[in-house]
Amino acid sequence: MTEITEVPSPFCGIGTDDLTIQVDGLALKVTANGCAVNTPAFEQAITDTSPRVDGKEVSLEVAAKKAAGLLKDTQLPVIGGCATDVNGMRALLALADRVGAVVDNMNFSAARNNLLTLQDSGWMNTTLAEVKNRCDLLLVVGTDLEAFAPRFFERYLWNKEAMFVDDTASRQVIYLGKAPSGNASTSPNGQAAKVLTCADADLPEVIAVLRALVKGQPIQAQTVAGIAIADLQTLAEQLKAARYSVVTWAAGALAFRQAELTVQTLSEMIKDINDMNTRSSGLPLGGKEGDQTANQVCGWTTGFPARTRFSRGYPEYDPFLNDANALIANDEADALVWVQAFNAKATPPTDHLPTIVIGRSGMTFAKEPAVFIPVGTPGIDHAGHAYRMDNVVAIRLKKLRDSGLPSTADALHAIENALREMNVC
Amino acid sequence: MLIKLTGGTVYDPAAGVDGKKQDIYIQDGRIVKKPVKDVQIDKEYDLKGKVVMSGAIDMHTHIGGGKGNIARTLLPEDHRQDPVARTECTRSGCGHAMPSTFVTGYRYAEMGYTAGFEPAVLPVNARQAHMEMADIPILDKGGYAMLGSDDYLLRMLTAKKDQKAVNDYVAWTMQAAKAIGIKVVNPGGINAFKFNQRKLELDEQNSHYGVTPRQILQTLATAVKELGVSHPLHVHGCNLGVPGNMETTLDTMEGIGGLPMHLTHIQFHSYGTEGDFKFSSGAAKIAEAVNKHKNITIDVGQVLFGQTVTASGDSMRQHANHKHANPNKWVTMDIECDAGCGVVPFRYRDQNFVNALQWAIGLETFLLVDDPWRIFLTTDHPNGAPFTSYPHLIRLLMDKTFRNDMLSRIHPEAQKMTTLASIDREYSLQEIAIMTRAGAAKLIGLQDRGGLSPGNWADITIYTDNADREKMFEKPDYVFKDGDLVVRDGKVIHSKWGTTHVVKPDFDPSVEKGLKDYFDRYLTMKLGNFKISDDEITEDGRGSITVHPTT
Repeated sequence: MTEITEVPSPFCGIGTDDLTIQVDGLALKVTANGCAVNTPAFEQAITDTSPRVDGKEVSLEVAAKKAAGLLKDTQLPVIGGCATDVNGMRALLALADRVGAVVDNMNFSAARNNLLTLQDSGWMNTTLAEVKNRCDLLLVVGTDLEAFAPRFFERYLWNKEAMFVDDTASRQVIYLGKAPSGNASTSPNGQAAKVLTCADADLPEVIAVLRALVKGQPIQAQTVAGIAIADLQTLAEQLKAARYSVVTWAAGALAFRQAELTVQTLSEMIKDINDMNTRSSGLPLGGKEGDQTANQVCGWTTGFPARTRFSRGYPEYDPFLNDANALIANDEADALVWVQAFNAKATPPTDHLPTIVIGRSGMTFAKEPAVFIPVGTPGIDHAGHAYRMDNVVAIRLKKLRDSGLPSTADALHAIENALREMNVC
Repeated sequence: MLIKLTGGTVYDPAAGVDGKKQDIYIQDGRIVKKPVKDVQIDKEYDLKGKVVMSGAIDMHTHIGGGKGNIARTLLPEDHRQDPVARTECTRSGCGHAMPSTFVTGYRYAEMGYTAGFEPAVLPVNARQAHMEMADIPILDKGGYAMLGSDDYLLRMLTAKKDQKAVNDYVAWTMQAAKAIGIKVVNPGGINAFKFNQRKLELDEQNSHYGVTPRQILQTLATAVKELGVSHPLHVHGCNLGVPGNMETTLDTMEGIGGLPMHLTHIQFHSYGTEGDFKFSSGAAKIAEAVNKHKNITIDVGQVLFGQTVTASGDSMRQHANHKHANPNKWVTMDIECDAGCGVVPFRYRDQNFVNALQWAIGLETFLLVDDPWRIFLTTDHPNGAPFTSYPHLIRLLMDKTFRNDMLSRIHPEAQKMTTLASIDREYSLQEIAIMTRAGAAKLIGLQDRGGLSPGNWADITIYTDNADREKMFEKPDYVFKDGDLVVRDGKVIHSKWGTTHVVKPDFDPSVEKGLKDYFDRYLTMKLGNFKISDDEITEDGRGSITVHPTT
């Protein structure tokens, strides 16, 4: 039995890298600094160790050949999930390039709320260490932050010392939209977060009013979506008075139509505040199950985020038309490669297509896919790299045990090699 | 395999060879001496009438790291104009302003380049820079680690830590980030922006730390010299883009007191305030100062007309410049108590007075600096123009008639404000070879690169001599990388992987005590997880690390 310290997690998105994990053969136990997200994700047991073709155990080579055979003559294969590490994404994009596939990250429709804003008007954002050391006001929009990342407050707001905030416990936290599910946002000196609740679907209106108030526009109404204008006016003044306010949201939590317009209003409001003789920054939350990793690697490999097709021999990005679920629902896709190395519960979205699953060991299926290659988890079974939510820091994932499971990259390379031998280029 | 390149006209400034007919032999990736008589030549290339140079080296090009990927993500409409299809030996991707990594490698190679250096590697983002560069085929690469706005250094300066302590920190950072140089961007200014300062003069104090840009430059230039790092401190100065900033630039040169210093994309720092538009060329004065101060090297950061995107660590100046964004979308980021970045798309237009004069200022600088060993050919890709415009730039430098023809097309008021028409100088092939090969290798401290004598790696580019220098330089006949033919007739025919160049200056290991405490208290990752290990670059079997000596 060994104990490994300073273990980074690819699961929570906020880059915690202080976990202590006990390794006993193949069994892992988080003994320090675990949380509701990370601990079960690390401790999940390995079940399958052997690839299967039509339910029968085979070697990786045979499984790869079968997968290549399924992909060889397809018109529009879809590679979905895209939940893996940097090397896994590299291999995935190489395979997609070779077979002319559509690549679609499973969290893309959520990330799209941010990407459409970025690609239309841009933003001013910050990263976690700046939050930890500078933030004097945190505005949480439409998101239950502690459910998203249980240790966010402990690590980045209620840290004892900050370089530029004298008393971290006096930081202000304000929720707009959803109320927090627990009390992680209550400061160490007992100050509870201020909460202005409204329905998710009312956020576009509330945020629009908030931006108008920040800009000093007159508002005739007394309330908006149940929130008193006076409360929003106070919030606007607090944002302008803060030295370094941070506005955070999880794109996936904004589950209403055209939420990108709300992200855009927030981002433009932050730009406005920066023209009012103070600083303010956005902090989009994400980074789970490799979503930032997928967009980063696809970004440098193709120029586009991870909803991109190669069917015409070169990458084409479309944030709507390349949606894997839509392509499957419309019968446009004729094969599915599902790549999910982090979450055994995230199974393929359909069982009506010839399906190849590159999945975390432990994945179970209502209907057995044509090919299943159980793979190791980055940061547990092999070393790798994953991006944190703030998109700047790539964490170096450690290998914690010798499971003998192939990595995502190993499995996808094997399929690509089999295709090369079939002269598919 | 023994390869012979027969009868080409060789320009090899590293060996003092200036347009001489000379045979070159290649074996096991390197250039070798003429073999003894009866050794069999496996492959011979007849290079009669061809021009032979070593592979070109871009010493300042933004090819790896977070801001570049933000720039890519920001501009899908730009990529859609330039899709690049897969071939039997190349991957698909996209081109134009900020090409995908694979296309970056192919297009550089197709212009005869065999190495490129990313000049703004944020230590906390160095993993990304190396991972992106690991996906750039053919080219060798390396990076300059950015310091000067990081809170750790500023705290050291406030605490009046001695130079030795700073040197240890700088050396540690270079090893942790796998760098070959040190870069400073708007010294202290990126940090000051986080405290809501919107400009920072050379002698202006950071409002929190009380430290000035001049102190930061002095301290870092001294550290780089005392550590024996070949590449001098690489400086993106204060006040980028501000009319009148030539005074700051001259002061920066004078103020460094003879220490080696490289001033990058100096065109953006060479502006006066004369004329009706209060914007004028400072190139003559800047060039005069460069000619005088032998400790100074520069690259130009030439502006060429068209759409591009500017991606810089200088969040302070990029925020100020966002009003020029075209299309109107832009990003700034504050990053990890380490640095920041700003990404602003630009469309330089020849009928815009300022853009037209920027174009002229860059060319004046090229033509007025005497010593080609101390000036380098860059557009600060993609900031002044995409790197794919280098052949056009070379023609502007080598062909006065062409240059004056282009000059006659720009904004008429800008024509009046430049001395360009009166400058007769035309660069020679040897001077181009110095700027883009021998000089660059010498400046960065690359061993066995940038020259054609036996012992060098066989990075070799062969052109057909052509009076139209743009045509000549955009389509080499052959490019060899480490002895393998990778380009024929301007097209990649074989892809491979270059090495990552680094230096590993020594430091006192006790430097980690203070750093560990700082990381634990203030940063968001553990010190041990911050440092990049060699295997992160080599483990995929494609990458390799080449360590160059310190003096």
